[in-house]
Amino acid sequence: MKSPIIDQVGVEERVARFNTRSIKKESKVQGLKIAINMIDLTTLEGKDTVGKVRQLCYKAQHLHVDIPGIPTAAAVCVYPTFVKLAKQELGNSGVKVASVATAFPSGQSTLAVKIADTKFAVDSGADEVDMVISRGEFLSGNYNFVFDEIAEIKSACGNARLKVILETGELATLDNVRRASEIAMRAGADFIKTSTGKIQPAATQPVTLVMLEAIRDYYYETGIKIGMKPAGGISTAKVALQYLVMVRETLGNDWLNNQYFRFGASSLANDILMQLAKEASGVYQGGDYFSKD
Amino acid sequence: MSRIEILKTYKLYIGGQFPRTESGRYYPLLDKKKNVIADVCLGSRKDFRNAVVSARGAFNSWGGRTAYNRSQILYRIAEMLEKRKSEFIEEIILQGGNKADAKKEVELSIDRLVYYAGWCDKFQQIFSSVNPVASSHFNFSVPEPTGVVAIVAPQDSSLIGLVSLIAPIIAGGNVCIALASEKMPLCSITFGEVLATSDVPAGVVNIITGKTSELISHMSSHKDVNALVYGGKDQKEIKLVKENATLNVKRVFVYQNNWNKTESQNPYFIFDTQEIKTTWHPIENIGVGGAKY
Amino acid sequence: MSTKTKTTNKPKLDFTSGWGYTPSPESTDHIKLEKRYDHFINGQFVKPAGGKYFPTINPATEKQISEVALGDARDIDKAVKAARNAYEKVWKNMPGAERGKYLYRIARIIQERARELSVIETLDGGKSIRESRDIDIPLAAAHFFYYAGWADKLEYAFPNRKVESVGVAGQIIPWNFPLLMAAWKIAPALACGNTVVLKPAETTPLTAMKLAEIFRDAGLPPGVVNIVNGDGIAGAALVNHPGIDKVAFTGSTDVGKIIQKAIAGTNKKATLELGGKAANIIFEDAAIDQAVEGIINGIFFNQGHVCCAGSRLFVQEGIADLVIRKLKDRMQTLIVGDPMDKNTDIGAINSKEQMNKINEYLKIGVAEGAEMWQSNCQIPKTGYYCRPTIFLHASQSHRIVQEEIFGPVLAIQTFRTVDEVVEKANNTPFGLSAGVWTDKGSKIFNLTTKLRAGVIWANTYNKFDPTSPFGGYKESGFGREGGLHGLMPYVNLK
Repeated sequence: MKSPIIDQVGVEERVARFNTRSIKKESKVQGLKIAINMIDLTTLEGKDTVGKVRQLCYKAQHLHVDIPGIPTAAAVCVYPTFVKLAKQELGNSGVKVASVATAFPSGQSTLAVKIADTKFAVDSGADEVDMVISRGEFLSGNYNFVFDEIAEIKSACGNARLKVILETGELATLDNVRRASEIAMRAGADFIKTSTGKIQPAATQPVTLVMLEAIRDYYYETGIKIGMKPAGGISTAKVALQYLVMVRETLGNDWLNNQYFRFGASSLANDILMQLAKEASGVYQGGDYFSKD
Repeated sequence: MSRIEILKTYKLYIGGQFPRTESGRYYPLLDKKKNVIADVCLGSRKDFRNAVVSARGAFNSWGGRTAYNRSQILYRIAEMLEKRKSEFIEEIILQGGNKADAKKEVELSIDRLVYYAGWCDKFQQIFSSVNPVASSHFNFSVPEPTGVVAIVAPQDSSLIGLVSLIAPIIAGGNVCIALASEKMPLCSITFGEVLATSDVPAGVVNIITGKTSELISHMSSHKDVNALVYGGKDQKEIKLVKENATLNVKRVFVYQNNWNKTESQNPYFIFDTQEIKTTWHPIENIGVGGAKY
Repeated sequence: MSTKTKTTNKPKLDFTSGWGYTPSPESTDHIKLEKRYDHFINGQFVKPAGGKYFPTINPATEKQISEVALGDARDIDKAVKAARNAYEKVWKNMPGAERGKYLYRIARIIQERARELSVIETLDGGKSIRESRDIDIPLAAAHFFYYAGWADKLEYAFPNRKVESVGVAGQIIPWNFPLLMAAWKIAPALACGNTVVLKPAETTPLTAMKLAEIFRDAGLPPGVVNIVNGDGIAGAALVNHPGIDKVAFTGSTDVGKIIQKAIAGTNKKATLELGGKAANIIFEDAAIDQAVEGIINGIFFNQGHVCCAGSRLFVQEGIADLVIRKLKDRMQTLIVGDPMDKNTDIGAINSKEQMNKINEYLKIGVAEGAEMWQSNCQIPKTGYYCRPTIFLHASQSHRIVQEEIFGPVLAIQTFRTVDEVVEKANNTPFGLSAGVWTDKGSKIFNLTTKLRAGVIWANTYNKFDPTSPFGGYKESGFGREGGLHGLMPYVNLK
């Protein structure tokens, strides 16, 4: 399969240039509100409990009561076993339930297990499924295997939107990131996503740019808008705004909403809230004034 | 009855051929006793123009040959000159030289060719550089031949001045048109015969006889000539050459060396008719110690 | 329910509505500028002999910033004498290591005052603060730092030769990179033991005057660098002054030829860095998105006021539609406007004169039948601004393809084969630079060997570094600036 070539140094130069954008005042406030509404609040730990998921669901709907006009998070992202609970907790708030599936995070299991995993999540009420690709197969050059697997999971998703996690930290090169993006989009992904959060590095700006460019080319070719989700490692408001700049100048404003762009992050929300509180009050904020869930 | 000697007709050397001047003009070359030694072609501006066309046509192939190949061809010129040494000595004597000096001049000319033959695949290493730029790029600078070079050979010698100017210019991959010494033109055309039998491709060296005063303004103003090397001493001519050179930003070099000295040879004569080309290319920076995706 | 939206028309990206960037102007509060600047001769700021001054204008607002001494032959004479005196008595015989220390000091002070210098460069010349902050000023400091280290190592630069300084160098610099060009000229000259008379460009004299303050504050001996402001009259007086040994000029090919002619009857050495009309060549197998960025950097960097700008784009036919589509989308994201705004990509055209020249070429391009396309960004009502412009379906014989426009104007042609594009790329009297974009290494080396230009950017464009020699083939001039080769114009080899 032919995939466009990527020059790493050129990508990094482009990213450096995005990062010279100076986002101040109204633009900053507006950008931060957009960003916070794109967050998939995430908890994906072995030690997750009912209590933890409940707290997170509450937080997603009530990010910070002291600042008026703060939107909700986009979604709460949990393991399949917590989907039902999360769905109950979130009710009609508009906050979506996303579930990882397909033997997350390694993806090392049989297709049957992955399909069952997916169906369980969807049947439990998941609005979105975050699957992982088989990186071992990808790196061995078995691109058809990767493609077919995504297509199978897509059909198991029914109406749920499918986010395909490339786990770019294991793909080694930007050329591979681009190729994996192409495969995922063509196999039926609604979103492409960088990382599980379990592998370092997780989301980076160069990787995200390459994926955004893949989305752009796919849109040029088909008119279909694919969403983008960088996940893991984005923890400050400043960096979140830099991602928004990348989206704005690569795909334009149609992608600057949570239908097409998400941040997979847990600590980002509070940093954005602190910045928004600072902009509103003119006073630098402290961590103790924002809930940690 | 003694045998009637066959006299040599001296013609021009253009594009590997020995044509008469298109102008049909000649000037008589006289010995000390005012006897005619030979009728010498009085080359015209059209002869020069034709020579430039030949030279330009030969440039890509000569400049594009391997340095090793050029080196062998220059060495071949020396070999051929060595074998025809006596002929050149005779011609120098005919033009007023004494026997000892004539022999020395021809031998020095041969040695000079060998000297520059050796430089063909070495000067690049002396004048190149790898430049440690402060970004992720590989950057290097190499000499490349300037192109078509016009030569005004020194007046005061028949062979050594001409050889000393031609050798570094063609060693560097340039092509040239040389105007021979007006006073002592004989060796130049015989040298053309040596070149013609030394694997030097047609057009690489072109030799014209004639009057400097008549040709110099055309040589220096011709817009397809990239550089001019002037071996004379006339200040008015130097000024004229430099002024005309501005028409196409021609490079002008004035040499007033004593070519009979062994130290009048060095790679800086090659460097003069070289352009420095700098090339940049990104260096991917992934893996050990570098970026990770 | 399908979550995918499919548009029926050709999919378009929207770069105008929604979230945008509010103005973010760089603060100018800490900048101190005098109402009037004189010449800098023999370590002093001295009034012009003719007593005349000319205004220097901020091209972004068309308002006067300051006024500057109008030099003539008398000022030049005074400056050359000061330079000669400093050369003979101080600089020529100073140990290289000591000369180097002055250059290091200068580099450091430029770094310390970088913010101030960036702001002034942008005020005076109209270039975006992003570029003066990130490129011009840091590179200027780096040039002094690089050549500082050469001052005591010259004997290693030229094998088997003895290195001598040349004497007094007369240097004339252009308005597109005022401080950077001053650094390119002054740093190697001083490192090699020469003294300098510099004439800054008429429209951008201010950072040179700030540089004079830096020389003074660095304790550089009086007369080692002299700066005479003015127009072509001062420039001509400098070139023709019998007391200079070397001319270094960066500017147009027309003026370069006049200079070359003016010094024809002398033994003055010369370096000429003249115009260009570079080919930027994109092959089908290139990294397209990075190539598009290279096209943008190639032609819109510094409003296109760049002698090595990639002003002729050659795109291989199979990818032409895609590349042009991407290029147009990218151009829509370029912000044109107040140069002092940190988000501005393309600042003000340097002068009214240059603005008129660019507008003239836009008319010519249209009249010649090329298809003009401009991004639909907002541009300020006052000041000199030009939207980023491309001409599609340009031909080799069009004037917009042959002549240097020196503005944000790109002429686009397509090609089919390597032979064809090499022939077209070289089919110009210029030969300063070129760009090649392909993922195939052997093709890069084929192209870089065949393109007749002094700087080849392969899979990158408009990169500069003090260690990297820069200069042209053919009518783009001769001599190199930067790197080891940049020493050559400032030494005599024995």
